[in-house]
Amino acid sequence: MLKKFINAAGWPRIIIGLFLLALFATAPFVGVLVSTSLSDTLVRFGMNGVLVLAMVPMVQTGCGLNFGLPLGIISGLLGATLSIELNFRGMSGFAAAILFAVPIAVVLGYFYGQLLNRVKGGEMMIATYVGFSSVAFMCIAWLLLPYKSPTMIWGYGGSGLRTTISVDGYWHNILSDFLSLEFGHLNIPTGMFIFLGVLCLLIWLFMKTKTGTAMTAVGSNPVFAAASGVNVDRMRIVSVVLSTALGAIGILVYEQSFGFIQLYMGPFYMALPAVASILLGGASVNKASIWNVLVGTFLFQGILTMTPSVINNILQTDMSEVIRIIVSNGMILYALTRKAQVKR
Amino acid sequence: MSENTAAFQTRRTFAQKITALFAAHAVPIIFIVISALAIPISGFSATYLIQELLIRIGRNSFLILSLLIPIMAGMGLNFGMVLGAMAGQIGLIFVCDWAIVGVPGIVLAMIIGTPIAVVLGLLCGAVLNRAKGQEMVTGYILGFFINGLYQLVVLYFMGWFIPIADTSLVLSRGYGIRNAISLMGIRTVLDRLLPLRLGPFDIGTFHLGYIDVPVATYLVIAAFCFFVIWFRKTKLGQDMRAIGQDRAVSDSAGIPVDKTRIIAIVISTVLACYGQIIYLQNMGTLNTYNSHDQAGMFSIAALLIGGASVTRASIGNVFLGVILFHLMFIVAPMAGKNLMGQAQIGEFFRVFVSYGIIAVALVLHAWKRHNAIMNARRSLRGAPGKKEAA
Repeated sequence: MLKKFINAAGWPRIIIGLFLLALFATAPFVGVLVSTSLSDTLVRFGMNGVLVLAMVPMVQTGCGLNFGLPLGIISGLLGATLSIELNFRGMSGFAAAILFAVPIAVVLGYFYGQLLNRVKGGEMMIATYVGFSSVAFMCIAWLLLPYKSPTMIWGYGGSGLRTTISVDGYWHNILSDFLSLEFGHLNIPTGMFIFLGVLCLLIWLFMKTKTGTAMTAVGSNPVFAAASGVNVDRMRIVSVVLSTALGAIGILVYEQSFGFIQLYMGPFYMALPAVASILLGGASVNKASIWNVLVGTFLFQGILTMTPSVINNILQTDMSEVIRIIVSNGMILYALTRKAQVKR
Repeated sequence: MSENTAAFQTRRTFAQKITALFAAHAVPIIFIVISALAIPISGFSATYLIQELLIRIGRNSFLILSLLIPIMAGMGLNFGMVLGAMAGQIGLIFVCDWAIVGVPGIVLAMIIGTPIAVVLGLLCGAVLNRAKGQEMVTGYILGFFINGLYQLVVLYFMGWFIPIADTSLVLSRGYGIRNAISLMGIRTVLDRLLPLRLGPFDIGTFHLGYIDVPVATYLVIAAFCFFVIWFRKTKLGQDMRAIGQDRAVSDSAGIPVDKTRIIAIVISTVLACYGQIIYLQNMGTLNTYNSHDQAGMFSIAALLIGGASVTRASIGNVFLGVILFHLMFIVAPMAGKNLMGQAQIGEFFRVFVSYGIIAVALVLHAWKRHNAIMNARRSLRGAPGKKEAA
């Protein structure tokens, strides 16, 4: 029974899970409120969930981990800034941001997918650099695009977008506050969870459709899939478009909770935590499920929230950043080296 | 991977040959064009540009050269070279702490850095051996991972249980190294070891002022180039080239593939350690927590701009790359300012190009490999109607 559980969950998750549990257990003794920590963890879980979900389609079709997530994030940022520029507020502002962002993401994702189809086998490295160069390219664009809204452009120059734009007064916490519950210090952002849940459900349902099954087949064995009449390249493009669009929606969910839009180099390293999360959840380089997303995001964000407060109180220093770097990259390394072993 | 596409492309039209030629050298050609356009716009004088370039060639070449050997062994661009850079930085921190100045300081930093680089290289090689075919992305993530450990050591352990005597190096809280360390004691000592000043020149109407050449640094770089040339001819070098061509065949020919690959990475890591020390002695300041990050990115971008690919890189690529990349480095912000009125645009453009060029080079490589596989598959199938004729 125990063995079965260990096999199903996998050692990395058990170790990290126990570590997280230990952190929660020690929290009261070092003067950290468990309820506040738990609600921070839940908020972060909701914020990052969709970004992690954006990994699933590409992993499923064998396009590897989506290090090119910044491309989707950029679409989201364009949607967000357009929505503010046109002065949409409240729920309609958030909806408008999604409506603007998704078509951009679909177009970018289509070309990105075309590119990835030509470089099969080297997707991950190329995705990384496509992400980086698109972020750098958008740095120029943010300076030059003719935005006019005074909340977004630099005060003195009269042109160029600011590095961080507040969404306060537009759609700050628009999802999080929807039906949110409060128990003392514990605050549950129900709306954000519903949104994440609906998206997860949609992706799960989509994976059960004919197209979704074909996509999984492409990921498991492209040659076999092609032989059974699946258009491999088309399936891969569908998955990349889906991933990019989810990335765009993901960053919007993130921003409405965070309260700020981060432009310029902001999206630069955003792919790494998302990649680490899904791997922590038990996904491999070519297999991922919705469960991997949920478990991984919770564990990863839990550690991120708990280490600063608990470890700092024990050691009296801020080691959270270093721990984050070691855990997230260690997780990615583990997945990359594990895959090769299976292959051999 | 095998790039012997030539066998399948024996009958090509003239137009195809021209396209192939352009495709083979597309990257340097594009950069020569960009530089040719950007230099007049920037308005820098020739003296300034040449002086800057000479300094930057001396500063960066060694780091870039350290990338050559893993490419030879078919392991792609060694994104793990930042491990070596970190080892070099740890050496420099100790040398600074002990206040050893001049060339002895540099040599001592290298001596301290070497064992650290060897250990990190062994680790990197072992990890990459477990991720064959995904070396680059694995090395890249490994760089981040080791960066975490590096920060743990430098930011928390140094001054705590690794003794650091010089309090000016340590953060005010009592442990951890400061964000920027001044390397005054060893600043440009190697560059100024054998001073040489040229000029002023007058070539027609073309006027050049004084130009200083860092001779000693160039001699070290030249020695390294000879080392690479010699190394290619040794048994080990030949083994590496064989592995780079085909791992399976080398294995059946009795070459210890895994071991040789580890050696290639160890050599590269140790050399990157020396390269980083040479780089930092020229810069004069050590940015404790980001110097090494930039080292990897810029070196790889420069090598690729020089026309190298993931499977093929020569010493010529290194020097062409360092010149073209740094030419753009110097002129892009100024050209951006004069063209758009904002230096920031030029700066962002430069960042965009450095990342973009790595992306383009990787795409071209993967594309070629993909086509080679497709061609191989097609040739196995055989052209229809040909069999009857034969």
